[in-house]
Amino acid sequence: MSERLPPTEGRPEPELPLGLAARLELWQRAGGVVTPLLTTIFAFFMGGLVVLVISGKNPLNTYREIFTGSGINWFGSYCSYPCTSSGNLQQTLIQFTALVLTGLAVAFAFRCGLFNIGGQGQYIVGTVVAVQIGVSFSSLPTAVHVLLAAAAATLAGALWAGIAGILKATVGAHEVISTIMLNWIALWVASYLIGFGGPMQDPAAGPVPVTKEIASSAKLPVVWGSQLLQGLHVGLFVALAALVVYWIVLGRTTLGYEVRAVGFNAEAARYGGISVSRSYFLAMAISGAFAGLAGSLDILGWQYRLDLTSVQTYSQIAFIGIAVALLGRNTAVGVFFAALLFGALKTGTSTRNLDPTVFKPELANNLTQLIQGLVVLFVGADVLILSLWNVRRKLRLPQRKRSPA
Amino acid sequence: MERASKAQAAAAQEEPRLTAPTATAPGRLASSRLLTPGGVATLGIALGAVALWLVLPPVTSRTIAVPLVVGAAGAAAGGWAIRRGGRRIGWGAVASGLIGMLGGVFVTRASAAHLSDVITWSTLVSLTLVYMTPLLFAALGGMFSERSGVVNIGLEGMMLMGAFFGVWGADRTNSWVLGVVVGVLSGALLALVHAYFSIHLRSDQIVSGTAINFLALGITGYLYNDIYGEKGTPGDLPAMPNVNLDFLAAVPPRTLGHFLQDSLSGISLMTLLALALVVLSWIVLFKTAIGLRIRACGEHPRAADTVGINVYAIRYAAVTLSGMLAALGGVFLSIGFSHSFTENMTAGRGFIALAAMIFGNWRPFGALWATLLFGFSSALSPQLENVDAWANYSTLFAALPYLLTLIAVAGVIGRSIPPAADGRPYRKQ
Repeated sequence: MSERLPPTEGRPEPELPLGLAARLELWQRAGGVVTPLLTTIFAFFMGGLVVLVISGKNPLNTYREIFTGSGINWFGSYCSYPCTSSGNLQQTLIQFTALVLTGLAVAFAFRCGLFNIGGQGQYIVGTVVAVQIGVSFSSLPTAVHVLLAAAAATLAGALWAGIAGILKATVGAHEVISTIMLNWIALWVASYLIGFGGPMQDPAAGPVPVTKEIASSAKLPVVWGSQLLQGLHVGLFVALAALVVYWIVLGRTTLGYEVRAVGFNAEAARYGGISVSRSYFLAMAISGAFAGLAGSLDILGWQYRLDLTSVQTYSQIAFIGIAVALLGRNTAVGVFFAALLFGALKTGTSTRNLDPTVFKPELANNLTQLIQGLVVLFVGADVLILSLWNVRRKLRLPQRKRSPA
Repeated sequence: MERASKAQAAAAQEEPRLTAPTATAPGRLASSRLLTPGGVATLGIALGAVALWLVLPPVTSRTIAVPLVVGAAGAAAGGWAIRRGGRRIGWGAVASGLIGMLGGVFVTRASAAHLSDVITWSTLVSLTLVYMTPLLFAALGGMFSERSGVVNIGLEGMMLMGAFFGVWGADRTNSWVLGVVVGVLSGALLALVHAYFSIHLRSDQIVSGTAINFLALGITGYLYNDIYGEKGTPGDLPAMPNVNLDFLAAVPPRTLGHFLQDSLSGISLMTLLALALVVLSWIVLFKTAIGLRIRACGEHPRAADTVGINVYAIRYAAVTLSGMLAALGGVFLSIGFSHSFTENMTAGRGFIALAAMIFGNWRPFGALWATLLFGFSSALSPQLENVDAWANYSTLFAALPYLLTLIAVAGVIGRSIPPAADGRPYRKQ
C-alpha cells in the first residue's frame, strides 16, 4: 500500500474494494486510536440524545447510573462489606471474558478477509458440547474434567465454523451466508436437544427446557467472590491468554502471516505460493475455536446448565463480538478495551443493576443495542473517516509546502 | 420477438415436410423432448412427491414398499438425468426421491391416528400461505437490492421496523392503511441509511447491514418500552382485511370446492398482494428497461455507467424499495397476523427471507417456491405439536430452511450464484 492516502488530483485512487483485511488496515491508518474513540463518543452522544428527546430523562444521570451499575467504580473507591460494586465488577468481567473471545472469533476471520457472522452458532455448539461433557464423566478429577469439556467445546466450535471454511475454500460459498445459516441451525438444534422430551433435557425439570447441572468436578474455580453469587471464574485468565495467543499467532507465526496475506489480497497470496483455501479453512476454524471456547467458559464458569434463554437470547453475545472486533480494529489491545466497554455497558444496563426510578432497565438494554449499532455503522464507514482525515490533511498541506520554499 | 416466433413457426411447419418420408418423425420428436434430462428429472421430482403423497392422508398407504419403490424410481430418474448432463435438476430429482423414500419410511411407521391429527391439508395450505407472506415480501425486497449490487443483510432489521411502526401508525391513526404507510416509510428510512453508507460512503455492505439490524433492534425495542411498556400494544388495533373467496366452494367436484373454500376463504389481502408482486417483479426485472438497468448495475456497474445508467440512483432506488418491501412483510406480521408487537418479534424471519432469496437463485419465482417450501415447514411444525410424542420435533423442523439453504449454497443441488457485483461498492470515475 502506498504511503500517501488518496485522493490527490491526477492520481487514481486505489479501487475499492480491496480485500477486507486491506480495508481494515486502511481504517487503522485513518487516525489510529482516535477514530474508534471518536466513534464511541459520537455513538454515546447520539444515545444520549435519544434518552433526552424520547424519554425526557437526563442522559448524564442515565450514563452515570449505567457506569455505577457496571461496577467499574470499584476501582479507587473504598468498599465496605456488602459491596455491590465488587459484585457488579465481577459481572462485568464475566461478560468481558466472553466478549474478548467472541470478539477474537470475529477478528481472526477478519484478518483473513472473512466475515465470521456465525459466532452465535459456534458459541451455541460450544455450550452444548461443554454441558454434555460436564454432565457426564462426573468421576473425573476437576482439572481433567474441565480441560476435557473446554477442549471438546473448542474443537466443536472450530468444526462448526470449519464447515463454512470448507465451503468457502472448495466451492466458494460466501461465508456470510453459510455462517448465518449455521447460526440458525445450531440455535434450533440446540433448542430441540434441551427442549421438552429432547435428549439432553433434565427429566427432573418437567416441561422446563433445561439440561441437568454439570458435575461439580466440571465447574471452574472462582477466583473472586462466591460461587453461589456468580463470582468471577478463572475463565478471565483464559480470555487474557487468548488475547496473547491471538497476537502471537497472527504476528509471529507462518500461519498468521499466510492468513494476513490472504486477507490483504488473496490473488497475490496465491501467486506467492500460499494455499488460499487452506488459509480460509484454518482461519474459520480458529475463529470458531475462540467462539466455542467462549461458550464452554460461560457454561463451566457460571451458568452450569443450559436453558432456552441461554441458547436463544444470551448467545447473541456473539453478535456483540462483531462490534468488539470492529471497534477494536482487530488488534489484541483494541479487542481488550472494546470488550471492556461492551461488557461494562451490558452489565450496567442489566435489569439487576439499574435503578428503575432513574432509568428503566428495559430501555437501557435497548440503548446498549442502539449504541452498538451506531458504533458498527460508523466504524465501518471508512470512506467517511478517511475523507474527514483528508480534510484535515488538506488544511495542513499548504503549511508544509511553504516551509521548504 | 414477433418475427422470431413467426420464423420458428415456419420452421416447425417446414420440418415435417423435410422429413416427410419417415412418418414416425413427429412421434420421435415428441418422445425425444420427453426424454431430455430436464423432462426425466422433472418426472423424478414428481415421483418423489407422489411417494410422500401416497403415504399421507387421505390416501394413507400403510405398506412400506410403496413409497420406497416410487421414491427409488424418482431418484433413479434423477441419476439418469445427471448422466445425460442435467446436473442441477437431476440432483433435485435424486433429493426429491430420497426425501420421498425417507419420509415414506418415517410416515408408514407412525400411527395412522397421529397422522390424521397432524395432516389436515386445508389447515396446512392456509397456514403455509400465512407464513409465506412476510417471507415473500422480504425476499422480493432483498432480491431487488442484491440484483442492483447491494447485499442486504439488514432485511431482518427493516422487517422489524415495519412491524413496530406499522403497529404504532395503526394505533395512532386508527387505520390499518395508514399503519401500512407509516411502517413502509420507516423501512424505507432505515434502508436509506443502509444505502447511504454502502453506496456513497462505500462501507462494507455486510458491516453496514449488521449495524442496521442492531439499530432496528435498539430503536424498536426502545420505543416499544417507552411507548407501550409492560401493558404491551393495545388489543384493539385495526386489522388488515381478509378476502372472501367463499365462491370457491362452487368449484365442480364438491370435495375440491370444499377444500379450496376451507384453505383459501380467509386469505389475507396482503397474501394476494405478495403473490401479485411476484409476477410484477418478474415482469419489471426481466421484461422492462428498468429491470435491465437494475441487473446491469448488479452484474457490471462500470459497463452500466459507461452506457449512461446512473448506478448510484438505481442502487439507491433498489435498496429503498427493498426496505419498503421488507417493512411490508413486517407490517403484515404485526397488524396482519399477530395483531400486536413484541420485542424482536421477527425472530430471524428476515434471515429466512434472505435464505429464500438465495435458495430461489435471486429470481422472483424462485423466491416464491422457496418461501412456499419454508412457509410449509413453518406451518407443519405447530401441527406436529398436536401429537405429544412429536411435539419436540417441531423445534427441529425450524432448522430445515437454513439447512436447505446451506445445501443450496454448497452447490450439492445446483449452485446458487449471486449477481457478479453483489456486495461490491461502486466508485464513479
